[in-house]
Amino acid sequence: MALSFSDEAMQKIAAARSRYPNAQAACLPVLHIAQAEFGYLPDEVIELVSNTLELPVAHVHGVVTFYTMFRRRRQPVGENLLMVCTNISCMLRGGYRVLDRISQKLGIQVDETTPDKKFTLIEEECLAACADAPAVICGPRYFLRLDTDEKVDRMLQELATHPEPEY
Amino acid sequence: MPADRSTKIVSRNFGVEGANTIDGALSCGAYGVVPKALGMERAAIIEEVKKSNLRGRGGAGFPTGLKWTFVPKGEDAYLVVNADESEPATCKDREIIYWDPHLLIEGVIIGSYALGSPHSYIYIRGEMIREARVLQRAVDEAYARGFLGKPLACKGGTFTTELTVHRGAGAYICGEETSLLNSLEGKRGWPRVKPPFPAVKGLFGKPTIVNNVETIANLPSIIDKGGQWFAELGMGRSGGTRLICVSGHVNRPGVYELPMQTTMREIIEDVCGGMLDGRKLKGVIPGGSSVPVVTPDEIDVPIEADALANSELIKPVEVRPGVNFDMGGGKILRSQAGSGGMVVMDETTDMVAVCARLMRFYAHESCGQCTPCREGTGWLARVATRMAQGHGRPGDTELCASIANGIAGNTICPLGDAAAWPMLGFLTKFRADFEARENRKVVAMPEPRV
Ligand SMILES: Cc1cc2nc3c(=O)[nH]c(=O)nc-3n(C[C@H](O)[C@H](O)[C@H](O)COP(=O)(O)O)c2cc1C
Ligand code: SF4
Ligand code: FES
Repeated sequence: MALSFSDEAMQKIAAARSRYPNAQAACLPVLHIAQAEFGYLPDEVIELVSNTLELPVAHVHGVVTFYTMFRRRRQPVGENLLMVCTNISCMLRGGYRVLDRISQKLGIQVDETTPDKKFTLIEEECLAACADAPAVICGPRYFLRLDTDEKVDRMLQELATHPEPEY
Repeated sequence: MPADRSTKIVSRNFGVEGANTIDGALSCGAYGVVPKALGMERAAIIEEVKKSNLRGRGGAGFPTGLKWTFVPKGEDAYLVVNADESEPATCKDREIIYWDPHLLIEGVIIGSYALGSPHSYIYIRGEMIREARVLQRAVDEAYARGFLGKPLACKGGTFTTELTVHRGAGAYICGEETSLLNSLEGKRGWPRVKPPFPAVKGLFGKPTIVNNVETIANLPSIIDKGGQWFAELGMGRSGGTRLICVSGHVNRPGVYELPMQTTMREIIEDVCGGMLDGRKLKGVIPGGSSVPVVTPDEIDVPIEADALANSELIKPVEVRPGVNFDMGGGKILRSQAGSGGMVVMDETTDMVAVCARLMRFYAHESCGQCTPCREGTGWLARVATRMAQGHGRPGDTELCASIANGIAGNTICPLGDAAAWPMLGFLTKFRADFEARENRKVVAMPEPRV
């Protein structure tokens, strides 16, 4: 059966579409909606987006592959996508140590997901939290000044046990 | 009167719980300047902004009022707020959005009215999920209370501000204004060749003004207290205060709103409580990762844009010892105020490793349109990294300098310069550290890893 958006997603898409003078400009917002709905953006989803917005598949494909947050990979990421900053402000205050500690605790390397699908670990560029380095973000949550292994461990514990707070 | 350290314009609600909700914001006086602004002629607002000496806080420091006058006469311009904040070491716009989104929205209303913006957009970095939620909620609240989306009485009629929060999706280059506009139009974020400048032909082919979050957040105070007042707070050709994001080896890193006159030494020693663990200073990056590093004997310079660019206390960046780098037309490069991201590095810092990490960043973020940038940043990352990792080869220092010099000034957008300038800066100020790495025996930090 052909893929389709849920009614809720369709409403969000219509709302997004109304904010721009043409359909193309709604491409990024709609891809965000699609990724939230399907978890990643394989060919079928790209086709669905291109049909929904009446844009060429090649255009949507080009957009998806340009931006790092749009995921083409078939394997959906873990529940918690840990973005660890190792850019200079974090590096100076131990960003690589944070990365190593997480990697060791979870038994996975960068770009891998734990077998229980709880965590995916990625190395990120500056997260605009430099004054509170070293920093990790996970969805809407910030974990700052992770200057000891204990703080890193506590973060993992918290993420494993507490669902995402509302903002 | 010049600003002092208690002058708070854009950071007045930092740390105030609840100021980011509409009721909290209203009780802090949000939207109080809207009636005054809308009671003015559009041209009078632009005049006030010109008089204020407000300069862009996104990196280039361009005078905001002057930029606004580049819109062709009689035409309306889209206002687009750049909230892409991704220049390494910069973390101020995120604070404004998180603590005081209504201040930003108030600024957008004033700017939109002055420019006649048919629909304004805030382009927020994709990774900032929490801030996007806070901002979207604030925009929804402002719609619900009639500050947005409803005709408001203004000089000679009514004006309606439409505002949309547009999330990016992970690409540093989208902070560059023309790339941002392509991204906003639903395309890949490739920078456009200028001219035409956005003020003439920008979003959807229409005149467009792109301004940074902090720039726009200053507008309510400028209209409230006058351009003259704002200009006098500042120094020379730079009005107002400045948010400085201090990171690295200091006791109290943080985002501080400071007078333009504040020197880097004062920031380290007073504002931030000195060096971490009492260690000695080795170098400072004054304004975000794209600006040249300075040494401990060069820090008695204010953080103001012209001072950092022209002060003779800062030695010019060179292409090789004794030969100044030419930015074009014989202009020498010292340092820059950039985005206000100040990185303080102590004596234990491996400058080659820091430089290599930055070069890896630029190589990763190059959009690949121009050969000198695409190839050059990749080379710089590889050569600097091998030096950092203890595999440097004879001549690598010279090689880095010549690659950087080959990128500078030869690209479509300033990302090429943003990689080349700090590279040359590190080589000028810490040349011996690099040369020592041409000898493979030097054992380096294992970082960065590529
Ligand atoms: C590679 C690159 C990245 C940039 N990133 C940002 C950014 O994240 N935020 C920003 O406000 N300006 C950024 N800029 C500067 C913008 O192009 C533009 O000059 C600025 O948004 C104009 O606003 P302002 O005049 O208020 O500073 C960047 C420029 C370049 C070349
Ligand atoms: S300078 Fe670099 S980032 Fe800018 S357009 Fe050219 S290749 Fe792209
Ligand atoms: S360098 Fe890590 S958050 Fe900015």
